[in-house]
Amino acid sequence: MPETAPGTSARDRILGRLRMGRAVVAGPAPAHAAAAGPAAERAGAGAAPAAEAFFAAKTWPPAERLARLRRCMEAVKAEFVEATAATWPEVVRDFLRAAGARSLMAGAGSPLAAPLAAACAGGDGPSLVLYDRPVEEIKASLFSSVDAGITCCLGGIAETGGLVLCPSPEEPRLLSLVPPIHLVLLDPARLWDTLWQAVRELAWARSIPRNALVISGPSKTADIEQTLAYGVHGPKRLVVVLVPGGPTPGPAR
Amino acid sequence: MTASQPDFHASSVAALADPQIRANFRRAMDGLMAKRAALFADPAEWRALRALGTAVRTRTLANLPELLERLEERCRGNGIAVHWAETTAEANAAVLAILRAHGATRVVKGKSMVSEEMHLNDFLESHGVESLESDLGEYIVQLDHEMPSHIIMPAIHKDGRQIARLFGEKIRGAKRTEDVDELTGIARGVLRQKFEEADAGVSGVNCAVAETGTLVLIENEGNGRMSTHVPPLHIALMGIEKVVERLEDVPPLLALLCRSATGQTITTYTNLISGPRGPGEKDGPREVHLVILDNGRSRIYLDPELRATLRCIRCGACMNHCPVYTRIGGHAYEAVYPGPIGKILTPQVEGVKARHELMHASSLCGACVEVCPVEIPITELLIRLRREASHLEAGSPVLEAGQARNPWEDRAWALWRRLHASVPAYRMLSRLVTRLGRLPAPRLGPLGAWTGARTAPRPASRSLHELARDRGVPDA
Repeated sequence: MPETAPGTSARDRILGRLRMGRAVVAGPAPAHAAAAGPAAERAGAGAAPAAEAFFAAKTWPPAERLARLRRCMEAVKAEFVEATAATWPEVVRDFLRAAGARSLMAGAGSPLAAPLAAACAGGDGPSLVLYDRPVEEIKASLFSSVDAGITCCLGGIAETGGLVLCPSPEEPRLLSLVPPIHLVLLDPARLWDTLWQAVRELAWARSIPRNALVISGPSKTADIEQTLAYGVHGPKRLVVVLVPGGPTPGPAR
Repeated sequence: MTASQPDFHASSVAALADPQIRANFRRAMDGLMAKRAALFADPAEWRALRALGTAVRTRTLANLPELLERLEERCRGNGIAVHWAETTAEANAAVLAILRAHGATRVVKGKSMVSEEMHLNDFLESHGVESLESDLGEYIVQLDHEMPSHIIMPAIHKDGRQIARLFGEKIRGAKRTEDVDELTGIARGVLRQKFEEADAGVSGVNCAVAETGTLVLIENEGNGRMSTHVPPLHIALMGIEKVVERLEDVPPLLALLCRSATGQTITTYTNLISGPRGPGEKDGPREVHLVILDNGRSRIYLDPELRATLRCIRCGACMNHCPVYTRIGGHAYEAVYPGPIGKILTPQVEGVKARHELMHASSLCGACVEVCPVEIPITELLIRLRREASHLEAGSPVLEAGQARNPWEDRAWALWRRLHASVPAYRMLSRLVTRLGRLPAPRLGPLGAWTGARTAPRPASRSLHELARDRGVPDA
């Protein structure tokens, strides 16, 4: 790869200029400089507690979190379906049958695969396809013949609405992007107040997944005359299946 | 992009006379302002959030060299290759070299202002690589061989009828329609096939986290995720200032960015990329590359005051609220970054002599400063750049400082000074002005330009000295 190795020019010249520029701050402070001074500025004095206080104040009682998440996400056209740990596979199947979806894809090794296989066996519902090999081998069918993809999520964010997903070998990245309908199972007990709280509690600063994302609705655009249109590149429908005590991501046990 | 020398005066006069531009921008900017205002209805929350965002960006800049080194180290640890480029030519060459190494000839692009700085599409096309914009607005603009007119809403200068006509002309088999959902559907059909076939995806970066080696990208359409996750190769482009220290710095910045840019509390997708396809993973790019571009930023960094320019998070709120931008639109600036942020950024990158007209296209009303989520003192910087454009100050880091000096202006002020420094000359001047001032002002040269848009001052028929003398005030 033509990667720039440390010690070569562009990198060193850029960093050299930045170091030189910083030395300017250490010199006589301009009249308009922050009263706190450069040392405090570099350490970010007071920044962390300020963020802490700001986000800690954004909190909702557990009962209100779901209502808020739902309100925020429904406002951008996400749909909600209620189910239980026992009924969700049938609820998903019936929803897709009503939507006219003929094929549903789940990750091979996902905890959702086996229950869905049982629910979709026989009958006139959607047929279940597993994402069980590298995308290169199934790209064409993924783009053209899969009507819906289904995944778990780590939880939701009450303040703004949004589901935190962490794709994995069991639930690949494109399951939540390419099929026109994306269904997500959400345990309503797993809700954070804010993205800030979620990032903290998931301890991503110590170990971050290769890909993580927040999804707050179906794909949308306002690039033509500022008129909202849904389903521009990604899923046209985002369906949140509420399953108290429902399955969580990770390899099927 | 513009082959000829930019002529801001001529292009802004033309834009002002175009009712279509006036109507399209007025409507769009009014909408964006109202949506943003609704989300910042609580002034205390706005102040607190803005202080947090400003602190994050200020701390980033104060530690910029170390943070870039840490970002590089963490990205490499995560399996992301890092490339540095001082100039846009170097950045283009780096992108092309990566593509060539993979034999990639079809590229899909997510939105990236750095790629606009690089004129990457033109560069790649000239080297036999198809480079297709996939953000709907960028796609529309590229179809019509134009530049974006807004950094968030690239096609805001067009209305539905113009887009319908464009699609009808340029997309084979496209149904003729003005319905926004149908137009969007046409673009979806074209672009999904392109995503499927692409050899590589190129994207920008909203911020990069040094602590974890993470690239953060936000978007509504899903084209960003398509570009970064469907093709086997992902190349991300960022300016050196886009780094932040910690993952915890991201939520306040995104909260400000989404609200300021489009009046949303969150975008549809918030995508955190911290590495290529891992062991056992079935999709995602096999390689991720990060190109870190300077393009004049480290020179801006040399000055502690001008450095505030680099706090910018590219939300576009300054242009949405700018009375000049709203009336002339984005193309008149003939620059990658239009509006207030462009008025301070473009002259610093391209030179204050070459682009000094931009710095004067402001009434200094301060609307941009009021809404800037990271408190960039745009008007103060404009005043400073104006001064240093025409007066060389020792040690000024400003590119082409002192070179926009106008000798006629210098002479005019020298004459003014002389007339006011000598008693007889001043008396003669005031007599002349009070006696002849009632004549119509001559509409010649710069005077004509000045009075063409303003009412010329009408001198009194008697000077203050004369009035005072009449009342018996003795001469000093």
